[in-house]
Amino acid sequence: MKVSIVGAGPAGLYLGILLRKADPAHEIRIMERNPPDATFGWGVVFSDETLGQLRDADLQTYVEITDTFARWDAVDIRYRGRLLRSRGHAFSAIARKQLLAILQRRCEELGVKLEFGVEIDEPATVPGDLVVAADGVNSVFRRHYADELGSVVEPQGCKYVWFGTDLVLDAFRFIFRETDHGLFQVHAYPFDEHASTFIVECPEPTWRRASLDGMSEPESIAFCEGLFAEDLDGHRLLSNRSIWLDFPRVRNRSWHHCNVVLLGDAAHTAHFSIGSGTKLAMEDAIALANAFARHTDVDAALVDYELERQPIVERVQQAADESAAYFQRVAHHAHLEPMQFAFNLLTRSGRISHASLEVRDPDFVRVLDSWFQGASRAEARRMAVAPPPLLAPLSIGGLTVPNRIVRAADRDALDAVAHGGTGLVLTGLAAVTRDGRTSPDCPTFHADEQASEWMSIVEDVHDAGALVMIQLGHAGRRGATQPRTRGVDLPLRTGGWPLLSASPLRYGPFSPKPKAMDDQDMARLRHAFTAAASRAALAGFDALELDMAHGYLLASFLSPLTNRRDDGYGGSLGNRLRLPLEVLDDVRAVWPSDRLLGVRLTVTDWARGGVDMDEGVEVARALTEHGAELIHVEAGQTVPEAQPEYRRGFLTALSDRVRSEARVPTLVGGYLTTPDEVNTIVGAGRADLCLIELTETDLDRQVAS
Amino acid sequence: MRVGIGLPNTTPGADGALLLEWARRADAGPFSSLAVLDRVAYDSVEPLTALAAAAAVTSRVRLATMVVIGPLRSTALLAKQAASVHAIAGGRLTLGLAVGARLDDYEVAGVDHHRRGARLSEQLAYLRGGDGAAQGIGDGLELLAGGASGPAFARMARYTDGYAHGGGPPRAFAAAAVKARAAWNDFGRSGQPQLWGQGYFALGDAERGAAYLRDYYAFTGGFAEKIAAGNLTSARAIKDFVRGYETAGCDELVLLPTVADIDEVDRLAEVIAG
Repeated sequence: MKVSIVGAGPAGLYLGILLRKADPAHEIRIMERNPPDATFGWGVVFSDETLGQLRDADLQTYVEITDTFARWDAVDIRYRGRLLRSRGHAFSAIARKQLLAILQRRCEELGVKLEFGVEIDEPATVPGDLVVAADGVNSVFRRHYADELGSVVEPQGCKYVWFGTDLVLDAFRFIFRETDHGLFQVHAYPFDEHASTFIVECPEPTWRRASLDGMSEPESIAFCEGLFAEDLDGHRLLSNRSIWLDFPRVRNRSWHHCNVVLLGDAAHTAHFSIGSGTKLAMEDAIALANAFARHTDVDAALVDYELERQPIVERVQQAADESAAYFQRVAHHAHLEPMQFAFNLLTRSGRISHASLEVRDPDFVRVLDSWFQGASRAEARRMAVAPPPLLAPLSIGGLTVPNRIVRAADRDALDAVAHGGTGLVLTGLAAVTRDGRTSPDCPTFHADEQASEWMSIVEDVHDAGALVMIQLGHAGRRGATQPRTRGVDLPLRTGGWPLLSASPLRYGPFSPKPKAMDDQDMARLRHAFTAAASRAALAGFDALELDMAHGYLLASFLSPLTNRRDDGYGGSLGNRLRLPLEVLDDVRAVWPSDRLLGVRLTVTDWARGGVDMDEGVEVARALTEHGAELIHVEAGQTVPEAQPEYRRGFLTALSDRVRSEARVPTLVGGYLTTPDEVNTIVGAGRADLCLIELTETDLDRQVAS
Repeated sequence: MRVGIGLPNTTPGADGALLLEWARRADAGPFSSLAVLDRVAYDSVEPLTALAAAAAVTSRVRLATMVVIGPLRSTALLAKQAASVHAIAGGRLTLGLAVGARLDDYEVAGVDHHRRGARLSEQLAYLRGGDGAAQGIGDGLELLAGGASGPAFARMARYTDGYAHGGGPPRAFAAAAVKARAAWNDFGRSGQPQLWGQGYFALGDAERGAAYLRDYYAFTGGFAEKIAAGNLTSARAIKDFVRGYETAGCDELVLLPTVADIDEVDRLAEVIAG
């Protein structure tokens, strides 16, 4: 086979080695535009897992590479004058120059032809049975075949600049520095016995405020040296074409077109904050070489390569997206205590959880748990060994919730759930009026005698050691539907009732049109809420949440998609908030001050023209100012045709934003099914309480029977 | 997990006699369901017509669409046809609906491709809660919805009984299953959604099967090769696949033929029963 590889980076060189090793009859040319010793960048990082693959693929280069390695197992987090260290994260790094020299030598030894200073202008003219585009993040080939490959390249995360330094670190180190312009952070790690990589980043607005957009390279080095003088401890920052950049996020629907295949950064990038670029590139080379060991047909091999690599890379890119987003917004976490800040940082991409960190670094988790228990109790008390965060009590709104687990249940099942170890049980919607029901079987709190009906249920929950929160609301235009057994928002065929909403817009295609609320309706509604809240207090509920989510009546006022009013209750956010805040104020006035009052809130409509996350944070802030002590974070369902993104914990990132930006305790669900998720979310300060879903499994049944 | 078999209604060369004989043997075999695909601009038999015929020669097996491209059809007629097949089959129809992936199907049907999602929602709402439901159409009819986007999962959870996955390795199904359950939960549905999966097989002439898949999926460009590479061509591959889907929480896995050879039913029956 005749193979042309364009680009003599780690991926291109390594592929040349592996293909030639597999079959010395392959004729392999590697073409590179730069001279052999030119390289951009400092050190590159590998994990243990990647090293195993390198060892299996080519022992000779593995030995040479690992001989020059800088190795460490710690991640340091320097934040607010503390240096917190987490261990057990085995990493290795090598100078990029050194890595390339080893791979070039091996290529020459195996008879792979290396040509430097070759510029490719016309990708279609490169000869070969197989043409490998290993020409990096700015790949000429990818741009040439952008349509066929379905390429998407977009900037991601902060502004960043890549320096070296003669400071030799002994760990991966994150450094956070507050300035008048905003927060700056550093990602630094050693790559040999002489030097470390030192990447500085900050969000673009901070970068502009610091006037970095107008600085020359020496000026920006001087700025960074000054900012991190204490951390550099007398050492210098070294430049290597070190200019401020945007990180390009590269994705391709397909990684090959005819006999041209993308490798490494040409095919995909993963934000440097999870440090996986070179690792992914070399793994690509291994997978592609293996595909040619299984198939002689070029097309079949390239399909095999894509099937193997795309799902893996997608997962890494997902984690990289989370990580890049984290660093872009990290300034909002500056209120967290150092221990929690560190745990939040370590768990940012979803790849490390409380449980997996406990395996890597039991000491860190022990200290975290102890700190968390202390912080959760009124009298801060250091414990040597503490239960995990989900078992820490939560003091909130005059209550102490015994643990962080919340489960929702219908009225009949509340008692059983309370006996299952849940700290707080949550009722389904109880409507404040008869016409506020979702469906005929929806419980209400519209009459005085209902307080006594609930009283015994509340007592049973208390006897089980749990607290109970009632959800009070009005279904608005999502009312008068059939029970949810066969679907949601299916209108009642008979026996319906007139609906109310902010504006006369029907919800689903066959839903009845609601009436826009007038002054009288609002007065009646406010009265119904206060009357229901008083009854709930009488029934003994510990907590009450007002429903302002999922397109129900109060939520319909908040969203511009459902509120088209031109009176004082529509238009500006202030106007759209008016009725919800009036109801909140009324309820706050009658609800006992030593019991918890929360709001269930859709913080983004997930729909164009609707409430977005920024506005959702503003709403949460306004509700907090009016006495809400807990925000139960929800999203979507404001209108039926929205753009949700479902996955495990799909609301966690939203809760994190509400909690850190509106500074209010949060309750979050979003399909959480394991204690580990709760420990991670609560421990990292992304929420205070978690609503979990548990389904009885075969194992449950086996053990119970 | 239950295992069903596809009827080769979109495999060129399958005539009426073969489809009927296929249905008879499937009914006699270890399969829980007999499923059809839908393509307009391709040499194929219309899915609900095929199932009506299958209904007449079967008595046990569940009849399923994996899927029918709802928006290509007028809502009232789609509902009427589905209800008719359901009635003829004595209540054995499972109607899976999705928006499909081919533009040319929309072009020949003269339907606006941009409104496909909203239109499918209207159709599901019609079957479950609108005028169709008011006429009793769709009573007792099991509904599934497919699609990989967030809105597709929301639509599934809002209006149907479960999810019809579009195919792929077990790990792809597992990832979709999590999304389906998360959406189900988000909409306050009790219990779990029914999760249906699918995979292609060819136990006789593997090359013919691969050629069919390349042709059938030619519109996807390079992706057709990946689908062809995933064709299950040995008993071991099928057993691994079945096990993988079962582990991923699949309720019903439909194995779709890529070769319209009547012996394929018996070959698959042997693997499944063995």
